[in-house]
Amino acid sequence: MSLLSELNALALGLFIISTIAMTVTRQIGACIQIFVVQSLLLAASAFLLGASTPSWHLIALGCVTVIGKAISIPWLLRALVPSEIHRTRELSQTIDAPTALLAALGLTLLGYAFGAHIVGAAPNLSSGNVSMGIAALLVGLLLLAVRIEAVPQLLGILAMENGAFLAGIAIAPDFPLIAELAIAFDVLLLGFIVALLTRAAYRRIGTTEVGGLSALRERIK
Amino acid sequence: MALSIALNVSQLAFVLLLSPLFAGILARCKEIVQSKRGPSLLQPYRDLRKLFGKDERVPQDSSWIFRATPYVVFVVPLIVTLLIPVLTDFPLFLAFAGDMLAAGFIFAISGFFFTLAAIDGGNPYGAMGASRTRMVGFLAEPVIIVVLFTVSFVANSTIPYIVQQHWVHPIANFFSPSHILLLIAFFMIILAETGKLPVDNPSGHFELAMIDESKVLEFSGRGAALIKYGGYMKFTVLAVVFLNVLLTPWGLAQAGSPADVALAVMAVALKIVALSLGIVIVESSFAKLRLFRIAEFLGAAFVVSVTAMVTQLLRL
Repeated sequence: MSLLSELNALALGLFIISTIAMTVTRQIGACIQIFVVQSLLLAASAFLLGASTPSWHLIALGCVTVIGKAISIPWLLRALVPSEIHRTRELSQTIDAPTALLAALGLTLLGYAFGAHIVGAAPNLSSGNVSMGIAALLVGLLLLAVRIEAVPQLLGILAMENGAFLAGIAIAPDFPLIAELAIAFDVLLLGFIVALLTRAAYRRIGTTEVGGLSALRERIK
Repeated sequence: MALSIALNVSQLAFVLLLSPLFAGILARCKEIVQSKRGPSLLQPYRDLRKLFGKDERVPQDSSWIFRATPYVVFVVPLIVTLLIPVLTDFPLFLAFAGDMLAAGFIFAISGFFFTLAAIDGGNPYGAMGASRTRMVGFLAEPVIIVVLFTVSFVANSTIPYIVQQHWVHPIANFFSPSHILLLIAFFMIILAETGKLPVDNPSGHFELAMIDESKVLEFSGRGAALIKYGGYMKFTVLAVVFLNVLLTPWGLAQAGSPADVALAVMAVALKIVALSLGIVIVESSFAKLRLFRIAEFLGAAFVVSVTAMVTQLLRL
């Protein structure tokens, strides 16, 4: 086992831990910081795979990830979402943290099992990336389900996206760069729109608990 | 033979003589970081001398458990010292008598007696602290088991002397994800087991919030001294396991010559001081968790340890 692949595996382990950490962190600011860490780890994995293959596509992809997800999205969220929301200490969740942790653990093992199956069909893939990518996808889904507020939900979508990327760079290392760029801008736009919507929702109804908006009522005058 | 005995004795002497100093360094650093001056580095020695010189008072209705506990708490870290590589790279007498799991169980003996003694003393805070320690203990248990399981899985052994060699031959093992994640999980366990800040406040004197400290309240004189001393040594021994077996298996004596051992003493002492600085940073930057949030802290440690296992599986 060479040093590069060990380091890649380390990045993967920390990646899945940061994803799980996002489901239980109680402050929005910390949540965003963990998302930055997660994106940086995705970029690290891309760099390491790019260096070992070697593939310029992956290295470029790593740069796009750093600029798009680790710098731009947190900046967008800080600039657009009202600062009162960032100061909220206790985010509400639908299930409590230990349960969420256990569920995330189960999903990680599930992702590992899936990944092992997929890699079993084509053993030349970087197996860890596929398994951990699927696991992060599932944990991101959990994050989406557990959180009620808008910003953490957005982070859940982005975490899922990161997980899909992590699996993707192992399956298709020579994916055309233009498509990667398109996806990166897509994500940026998504962040922009959700941040604006959060801002508007907060201004109008004083909360961002979009999970609680499923039962809308007409106001009777 | 004679060399082995001499080395074993020097390991015991290292733990016995220097552990109060490490406690003093930790306390002093913490005070300095918090812009205070802090007590002298030798304060733990003075505390011990003062306590040893005082009369011992024992609660009237307490049983033999209360009287025996200080000795158990004092002796247990010394027994563990015999099993682990404190100063030497090569196995000594009792190296194969017990593995890391055995060390964990031996520490459990002292925890068991300490808990009983705290209830035996009849002080309501003692019983409360005892039940809280048990809560932390049973939450930490699965993490320890998974960590040891992963260690044996990675290194094919849980004998500390063999595990220690595994990380550095070849050096790529050192950067393997399971190793790094194990380190994180084990560090969190050390914080929980030695009553450091996110879990328990070692310098707190508010009875209702105490976990570890409240069990000592009824002890006085020699009993209190032995328990305090045992606590210092427990931290040193856990730090030695963490540093010499898992984190930095370098700087130990490879042969038994006095010069080698002297160098190893300095190296290990330096490593422990460095670890103390890390703990000082943790202790100064986190607030104490609410009691029922401790489950989340240790749950996080559990997740980390399980991830260590999963990433180990991934490499196969």
